[in-house]
Amino acid sequence: MSDHAKPPRVGLFVTCLVDLFRPNIGFASIKLLEQAGCEVDVPAQQTCCGQPAFNSGDYDATRRIAKQVIEVFEKYDYAVGPSGSCMATMRAHYRDLFEDDPPWLERVDRFGERVYELLSFLTDVMGVARVDAGFAATATYHDSCSGLRELGVKQQPRRLLESVSGFRLQEMDDSEVCCGFGGTFCVKYPEISARMVTDKIAAIEASGADTLIGGDLGCLMNMGGRLSRLGKPVKVYHTAEILADMAGGPAIGEVDAE
Amino acid sequence: MPTAASHLFKQRVPAALADRDLKAAMDKAQDGFIGKREQAVSQYPGFEALRELGREIKDHTLAHLDFYLDRYERQVQRNGGHVHWARNSNEARTIILDLCKRANARNVTKGKSMVSEEIGLNGALEESGIAVHETDLGEYIIQLAGETPSHIIAPALHKTKAQVSDLFHAKHQRYGFHQRLTEAPALVNEARQVLRRRYLDAEVGITGANFLIAENGSNMIVTNEGNGDLTRTMAKVHIVTAGIEKLVPTLEDATVLLRLLTRSATGQEFSAYTTLSNGPRREEDPDGPDEYHVVLVDNVRTEMLGNEFRSMLRCIRCGACMNHCPVYGAVGGHVYGWVYPGPMGSVLTPLNVGLEEAGDLPNACTLNGRCQSVCPVNIPLPDLLRRLRRRQHETGLDSRYSRAALRLWTALAARPALYRRAMQWGAVAMKRLAGRRGRLRRFPLAGGWTRSRDMPAPAGSTFQTLYTLYKEGRRR
Repeated sequence: MSDHAKPPRVGLFVTCLVDLFRPNIGFASIKLLEQAGCEVDVPAQQTCCGQPAFNSGDYDATRRIAKQVIEVFEKYDYAVGPSGSCMATMRAHYRDLFEDDPPWLERVDRFGERVYELLSFLTDVMGVARVDAGFAATATYHDSCSGLRELGVKQQPRRLLESVSGFRLQEMDDSEVCCGFGGTFCVKYPEISARMVTDKIAAIEASGADTLIGGDLGCLMNMGGRLSRLGKPVKVYHTAEILADMAGGPAIGEVDAE
Repeated sequence: MPTAASHLFKQRVPAALADRDLKAAMDKAQDGFIGKREQAVSQYPGFEALRELGREIKDHTLAHLDFYLDRYERQVQRNGGHVHWARNSNEARTIILDLCKRANARNVTKGKSMVSEEIGLNGALEESGIAVHETDLGEYIIQLAGETPSHIIAPALHKTKAQVSDLFHAKHQRYGFHQRLTEAPALVNEARQVLRRRYLDAEVGITGANFLIAENGSNMIVTNEGNGDLTRTMAKVHIVTAGIEKLVPTLEDATVLLRLLTRSATGQEFSAYTTLSNGPRREEDPDGPDEYHVVLVDNVRTEMLGNEFRSMLRCIRCGACMNHCPVYGAVGGHVYGWVYPGPMGSVLTPLNVGLEEAGDLPNACTLNGRCQSVCPVNIPLPDLLRRLRRRQHETGLDSRYSRAALRLWTALAARPALYRRAMQWGAVAMKRLAGRRGRLRRFPLAGGWTRSRDMPAPAGSTFQTLYTLYKEGRRR
């Protein structure tokens, strides 16, 4: 961003879950980034950030995927994605894989400092202070763990949500407690995960909110799937959808009315 | 070493989750610990800087542990005490048993010591005909109940007050207490009356250590009941059991870690009793033991000092990680199957008893990182758990099913064109499966998910497919 005449070039990392389950979040991300003055490209050669392999202890496979991600994204000024956990893998953890490979480690570090989670990128790098959007709701916000603890995403989405007209934020108790998703955890230990998400739903309900917002689709699908199974009317959206004024369609896990 | 039942982790989870008393006890305890810690930390300006200092002290000591151990031993000897070195649990038990026999001990009192649990001391003493009396209230409760600790600082955390009432009512009849008490102060008082007699009977008192101070050979313990003081002063022989990682260079260093410990553990500025033991009774002392012995236990600690798990040796056993762990909160400590539960236990247990035995522990974690964020010495617990998963993967100890699924996924991820086609195919297939409901109540390979959750159905086209159309539309 040193050259003011040229807008920063952003490579959007879509994430596999958004690609498969919720393309709307990808388009909302593009809209927000372009509104902030970025030139956005979505490289077709992208796949997965490697987190499933990394958290399963397969460092070799993760290293191969990480090299591929870096090769695809390092040509942009920034790599930005609508997920705290994918972006934390790329920003904070890729370097763990190259401890014994100094040339790559240097390359990984140069790349890592240009990797951002979407909302914190908009506020912290692009200086976005408000958005032009409307959404009538009393909503509660879930702090997804990786974004919160590995990237420091806490106030950024809240500040931007405050500028949405008709939107009221109602904090729940334990908004920083894990929802029980944990990637493969929810499949490997489904009963424990179910208890955790049930506790989370109780906190959401107790807040009195009619809408749940968050910045990671995995967590949102977990909580949304439990809400839907329990027949709760709370609607679930990704932060980017609200901020981009693109939350007019069905919520996550909701049946299309048409 | 006590037998590990960590391989039963998965089997034990359903019963733990269904136990309503356990849920009531865990919810109450976790809420209490979390709130009190938060308050204590917020009232201490610069707690983050203190954490950093604590980490530095531990890292420095571990980097020069040979020097400080040597210095500590010489200081203990100068104070008239003895240091014994135990490479493993078996050696530690033998040393302590010999000391007890030499003292003709028939009764031993014990302050709370997790290392004594680690080496399986109580069983060994009892087998030799020596009666063991736990004096920490929590330890006393679980000893009466014939159980093991479920938490490292609150061993009976899993019990409700009503369960303790029933237990005391059943077990205290023989001491002449026939009334079923229901209030906490009355229960504590009754336990005190039973325990007082034990201090007078005991020939040997065994305590743990919170900090072993190299510069003067002191041992610092913190308690809230004063039982540690009575255990160490009333008996003729005082034995300290401790892991070698308990060393700190100076008294000043110990006070830094003490500030971190009490706030992180119970949210106290200071525990009710902070006790320094320096050795046997000197001529001018009004009380104290005739003999003072320190048994330093290694087990896997020296090995950890030399590998990627060294940072785990910084642990000061405050329990904050488990207090803030949602998995521990859901299932309680016993499910972990060995001495140390929760996040710190999920690192220590596999290193002590092996990954074959404790393979579930590093995996039964969402890597949410809350444990590290409250750890007083900033141990990277999620990273250490991931490193154990790596060991598992590299030695072929992970499940065949997850290996196969992972191989399929990484193969796809390495081939972008194939990946795009597979994702588009998946989006269509899942949308069809969901039908008009827009969500899946069952899904192949994800039974664990759909047993308690719906799976939102995809829109029918992937982002990449739609984006290609969108870009073409923009170009026109």
